[in-house]
Amino acid sequence: MSLALDLALCALILGVALATVAGSGLFRAIVFFIVYGLLVAVGWVRLGAIDVALAEAAIGAGLTGVLLLAAHGRLRRLGTARDASHGAHLLSALAGAALAAALAWAWFVLPLPERPGPELAAAMPRAGVENPVTAVLLNFRAWDTLLESIVLLAALIGLWMLTRERDWSGRLGLPQHSRAGGVLASFGRVLPPVGLLIGVWLVWAGADRHGGAFQGGTVLAAVGLVAAMAGLVRPPRIGARLWHVALMIGPAVFVLAGLAGAILAGEFLTLPPPIAKPAILTIEIALTASIAATLAFLVLGPPEEGRAP
Amino acid sequence: MADLATIALTAAGLFFFVAGTVGLIRFPDTFTRLHALTKADNLGLGFIALGIALQAETWAQVARLGLIWALALLAAGAMAQLVARTALEREDAE
Repeated sequence: MSLALDLALCALILGVALATVAGSGLFRAIVFFIVYGLLVAVGWVRLGAIDVALAEAAIGAGLTGVLLLAAHGRLRRLGTARDASHGAHLLSALAGAALAAALAWAWFVLPLPERPGPELAAAMPRAGVENPVTAVLLNFRAWDTLLESIVLLAALIGLWMLTRERDWSGRLGLPQHSRAGGVLASFGRVLPPVGLLIGVWLVWAGADRHGGAFQGGTVLAAVGLVAAMAGLVRPPRIGARLWHVALMIGPAVFVLAGLAGAILAGEFLTLPPPIAKPAILTIEIALTASIAATLAFLVLGPPEEGRAP
Repeated sequence: MADLATIALTAAGLFFFVAGTVGLIRFPDTFTRLHALTKADNLGLGFIALGIALQAETWAQVARLGLIWALALLAAGAMAQLVARTALEREDAE
């Protein structure tokens, strides 16, 4: 029975992937891409990788999908939402095929990955948290996560650099218009309390169960975006100091914890067991704030259409 | 007994999903399609959630299924209104 489910899931993933790249029309491709992300998330659940599934659903399907939709809307507003030429299609098809071939080659050449074996089990008591995924992300391989959080920040700075001079002091994104007391306004009032609860829970539970800063941060970013679209909160300006703190605090706390590890344990980013749990929780909370703010600002986009302040 | 009820309820849910999908494909304009999609699918999801709730081991799981259904209902209802209003404005503009 479960074999039938897995086979159907594989067929669906492949079919939707094909529909994403093979069909014509940008909007169609984006919709299929979002469906593809959700199906892949179900696939990760079937493989028992719940943390990856949460990240894929929240970031791969949800956030990337919204970013693509926003980009498509922008192209359409500018009147440049055309399909690329045949040559460009052929080029990207070749590049995609080459990437797939390289991955397949790596799969066959590299030794089959073993289940996280004795080394991880032996190291877990020193991790400070129960969830092995969190232990790897924030303790044993913290470098990767630290650099990821900095990459996100760099992406936002890159986006802000595209702001026109006359729009620089405006509020982020396009002006939102929603009817006072309308459907969107009441949706924006009902959803945030539930979303806040779920986002904070994902971060808190991430230490010992499934969840984490990236998944929780994405949910919190979505809460902020819904509230902004419903016109209940106004997006900040680029110069808002408090939001600079929110954007910076994650990487900053991470680096500070790394320095503390360098002093206490003799190596950068090594968390000695006595402080590992509080340190990881502090980093997670700070990272969540930064991730949520960065992702929400990325979706809102740079200030546009120079509204009067 | 619980297994039988689960099978019956999820089957009923799937029937409503199929009906909603048929409506989405066959109905002539945005408004009737929205009607098919939101009404039938929300009912279908409700039946499926109810069916799965019978298999839950704790009441907390039942509560979470209920929350998922309520959130999906809320989102589908709100989004249907927004899509319909946009379609209406577009029709007026033409």
